[in-house]
Amino acid sequence: MTATDPARALPLDPSLAPPGTRNFRDAGGIPADRWHADQNGETLVPTHCCFCGVQCGMYLRVDRGGKVFGVEPRNHDINRMRLCPKGINAYQQVNHPDRLTAPLMRRNRDEEFREVSWDEALDHTVAEIRRIQGEYGNDAFGLLGGASLFSEKTYLVGKFARVALKSRHVDYNGRLCMVSAAGANKLAFGIDRAGNPFSDILLTDCLLIAGSNVGECFPVMTQYLWGARDRGATLIVVDPRETAIARTADVHVALKPGTDSAFFNAVLHVVVAEGLTDEAYLAAHTTGWEEVKATVAAYPPARSAEICGVPEQQIVQVARMFAGAGKSMAWHARGVEHHSQGVENCLSIINLCVATGNIGKPGAGYGTITGQGNGQGGREHGQKSDLLPGGRSITNPEHRRQICEIWGIDETELPPAGTSMMEMVWQMQRKEIRGLVGICNNPFVSLPNYATVKDGYDTLEFHAQFDFFLSETAANAHVVFPVTVWAEDDGVMANAEARVVKHNKAQEPPAGVRTDTWVICELARRLGAGDKFAFPDSRSVFEELRVASAGTVNDYYGITYERLEETGGIAWPCPTTEHPGTPRLFEDGRSYHPDGKIHLQVVEWHPPMDPYSEEYPLSLTTGRTVAHFLSGNQTRRLGALVEQTPRPWVEVHPSHGFRNGDPVRVVTRRGSEVFPALVTEAIRPDTVFVPYHWPVPTAANALTIDALDPRSKIPEYKVCAARIEAAPRIDEVPAPPTAPGHQAYPETQVSRTDPLPPTSPQGRGTAERS
Amino acid sequence: MMGRTIFIDPGRCIGCQACVSACRECDSHRGKSMIHLDYPDEGRSVASLPTVCMHCEDPVAPCAEVCPADAILVTADGVVQQADTTRCIGCANCVNACPFGVPKIDLQAKLQMKCNLCYDRTAYGLAPMCATVCPTGALFYGTLEELQTERPGVQVADSFTFGSTTVSTGVAMVVPADKVQWPVPGGLPVVEINGKDVR
Repeated sequence: MTATDPARALPLDPSLAPPGTRNFRDAGGIPADRWHADQNGETLVPTHCCFCGVQCGMYLRVDRGGKVFGVEPRNHDINRMRLCPKGINAYQQVNHPDRLTAPLMRRNRDEEFREVSWDEALDHTVAEIRRIQGEYGNDAFGLLGGASLFSEKTYLVGKFARVALKSRHVDYNGRLCMVSAAGANKLAFGIDRAGNPFSDILLTDCLLIAGSNVGECFPVMTQYLWGARDRGATLIVVDPRETAIARTADVHVALKPGTDSAFFNAVLHVVVAEGLTDEAYLAAHTTGWEEVKATVAAYPPARSAEICGVPEQQIVQVARMFAGAGKSMAWHARGVEHHSQGVENCLSIINLCVATGNIGKPGAGYGTITGQGNGQGGREHGQKSDLLPGGRSITNPEHRRQICEIWGIDETELPPAGTSMMEMVWQMQRKEIRGLVGICNNPFVSLPNYATVKDGYDTLEFHAQFDFFLSETAANAHVVFPVTVWAEDDGVMANAEARVVKHNKAQEPPAGVRTDTWVICELARRLGAGDKFAFPDSRSVFEELRVASAGTVNDYYGITYERLEETGGIAWPCPTTEHPGTPRLFEDGRSYHPDGKIHLQVVEWHPPMDPYSEEYPLSLTTGRTVAHFLSGNQTRRLGALVEQTPRPWVEVHPSHGFRNGDPVRVVTRRGSEVFPALVTEAIRPDTVFVPYHWPVPTAANALTIDALDPRSKIPEYKVCAARIEAAPRIDEVPAPPTAPGHQAYPETQVSRTDPLPPTSPQGRGTAERS
Repeated sequence: MMGRTIFIDPGRCIGCQACVSACRECDSHRGKSMIHLDYPDEGRSVASLPTVCMHCEDPVAPCAEVCPADAILVTADGVVQQADTTRCIGCANCVNACPFGVPKIDLQAKLQMKCNLCYDRTAYGLAPMCATVCPTGALFYGTLEELQTERPGVQVADSFTFGSTTVSTGVAMVVPADKVQWPVPGGLPVVEINGKDVR
C-alpha cells in the first residue's frame, strides 16, 4: 500500500460519497448495536467474503435476533483464517443505514424518486419493456449483469435475456475484468480457467507475477507467495509501479505501461537462444511452436528493452530465472489484461510457460487472479453476450440446440450473439438500445470515458437497476429494485482457482427487500415466460444449472450444495457426483481442444491505442487500493475503509517537481481532473497512477480511453496518453452538484471544510484515530 | 526463551491495515483499533510497519510504572493489560512514557486504551485478531520455534535502544541475522529540541 498521507491531508469531500450516503465518514463504521448484541446467544454462519476472487472463508456472527453483527476468521482451506480489511468490514453493509428497502420510481429523470409498491415498479418496468420492444424490436432492450452475483443469478440473467426478453443484448461487468485472460486461455488450452490451484504456489521454485498488485488487490494471496519464498522460491514482479510485493521481489521489472507482450516475447527469445526450452514437451503436446519461435526471433532483448524502458540485462535475468528453475509459475491480472492487446499479452505469458515445460505439474503452471468474487463463474453459464450455459458458444448450432432443448424453446427463438458492455453504451448513444435493466453493476464509475457513458445512459428512454445501495448508476435510473446483499441468500461462486464455493444465508432480508432471483422470475412471469422461470430459491436454479452444464468443458453436474458444504469447495470440471473435481489441469498433457494439443499463438506487440505526443507525453495507468472494491458503491460507505483511503490521489515521480499534497491536474484527450500528489520514487518518471474507485469529479475513468481489445472487447484502462500540470488549490476547484440521493441526513454530512479530527497521541503516521 | 507471543516481520507488511480493522473487531476496545501503521521511508519506498504494544519486560512496562492510579496491570505471563476502567483517570502519563507510541487516550471518557494481546482470545488458546488475519504473516503469533519452523533461518530481536536506554520486550521483531546480537535502534535519533539542534 502506498502511503496515503496527501489524501489524508485533505478534508473528506461529501461529493465523493456514493449517492444516498447518510454519513460519509461514520455510516456503517460499526453498527450501532455491535457491542450490545447478546453474544452468548450468537451463532456463527460459515460463508465466504463477497469481494475478490480469492473467496476467503469467514464466519458471520449472528445474534439471537437473527441479525448479522460481526465477523470471525474461519480456518478455510483457501485463506486459513486470513482476511483483508475489506473482508473484515464486509459484514457492516448487511444492516447498513443506506440499504434500499422499497422500490424507487420516477417517470422522468428530472423528477425525484418516490417509494412505490413492488407491483407498481414491476408493472411499470414490464410496460416499458413491452412499449420499447413493440416500437423498436426486441433487441432495443438490453440487460447488463454482474460478476459479483452468485452463479445461479448469472445463469438466470442469461436465460432471462434470451427467453423472457428475447433480446440478443446481454453482457456483464466481468467484461471489464478478466475476459482477456479467458480469451487467451480458450485459444491456447480450449478451457477458460487457471491451470493450477493456489496451493501449487507453495510448491514452485520461481514465481512470476505480472500486472498484479497482489498486496492491495488480493492481499490474502500473499500468504502463498511468502510460503513459496520461505522454502527458497524466487519472485519476479512485472509492474510499472514498485508495489508492496515488488518491493521485496528478487527482480522487479518496472516496464512502461502497454509493453507487456514486447517484454515477454523478448524473454522467450532469450529462453530459445539459451536452449532452455522443453522441446520434448513442445513436440508431443503443442501446435504452433515453430511460428511462435520465428516471431520471438524478432524481439531481441535490445529491441524490447527500448520499447519497455527496462534494462536489457533484466530481460536476460528473468529468462534465466524462470526457465532455469525446476518448477515455475506465472500469475497475472488486470495490469496485463486491461489493454487493447490484452489477449495477446496473456498469450505471450502462456507461450513462455508452455515453451519451458511449466504446465500441468504441481508447482508449475499459470493462473489469472480474478478481480470480482465470481469473475470466473460469472461468465460460465450464459451471462456473457457470446456464451450459453456451460461455456457453450452461442454461434455453435449444436450448442444452441442443446440449450434450447433444456430451456424448452424453439431454436429459432434463441437470439444470436450480442455486443460487449462498452459497445452497448455506444449503441445507447445511437438509440439502437433504448431500454436497459442493470443488475449488480455501476458503469458510471467502472466504465472508461465517463462522458460517453453518461451520454449513453442519459439517452435511454427507460432504465431500471437492481441494487442494495443507490449507486451512481442507480441514481440515473427510472426504477430501482431493492435487492438482497450476499449474506441474505444462498448461492455459489467460482474463485480464481475455478473452485466452486458455497455462500450461506446468514440473515433474513429487511422488509421490502427481495432476492435478485425473485425479481427476475417475477419480471419473467409478467412478460409471459413464467413457466420457464418457476424457481422458488437458489437451490432450484442450481439444479437446472448443473444439468445445463453437463457434458461441457465447464461441467458442474457432479457439484451439489451438499458436497460443497462437506468439502469446502470443488474445482470444475466435475462430471459426476463421485468425481473429486479438477484442481489442476493438463496433468495428462492433454488440452481441452478436440486434438488434445495446446495451440500456441503468435503474438506481435503493437503500441497502445492512445498515442503519445508532445502535448500528452506521459502514461496514465489506473488500479485499485486495498480499502476499496470496484466502483466503491459498497466500500465507500463503510467508515473504516473510508478512513483508510478517503479519496484518490495521483502518484508522480519526484522528477516532476511536485511536493506531497500539491494539487495536480491530470489531462488526457477525454478531459482533466485534479488530484493531490503523492510524490514517490516507486513509479516510473514517464508514468502517473490514479486509483479508480471514485466518481466524478475525481474519477480516473473520466480520463481513460474506451479503446477495446478486438477479441475480448476489454477496455484499455491501464494505459492512455496524459500530461500533468500544477492546479489551483484543490478546495478552490468547484465541486459538481451531488448526485440525486435517496435520502440524506444533512446533520451528519461532513462539509468540504470540515477539518480532520485531531491526530492521536502518536501523531503522524497513525492509521487509526481514536 | 520467549513463550507464545507476537512476532512482527516488517519485510512482509503490505500496508493493507487488516490488522487495524481486525483490532477494531476484537472485544477488548469496543470498536477502536489499538494498532497503527507507519511508513518509515515514505517517498522512496512503499515500506510500511504495523505497531502493536510491545509488552515491555525490562524495565517492566514504562506505561504501568508511571501510572499514578495503578490502573495498568502486568499479568504473570508478561501481558501488559489495558487500563482498568475503574481506576484510570485519563492523565496520559502512560502515553508519554511509552517509547513505542502505543497507548491511546479517550479524553472524553478519561480512559486509556491499549493492546492487551487480545486477552479474551489468547486466554482460550486463540491467536490475537491482528495476527490471526494478517494476510502476509507480517504479524505472527506463536513461539519462536514455531516461527522458525515455518520460516527457516529467520532471526528476531527483542531489545531496543532509545538513546542510552535499552528496553526488552515480550513482543519480538524479525531482523537481519547480523542484527540479533545487540539491541535494535528503537526510534529515530533526536536532532532538535525546542528548535535547538542537539546533535
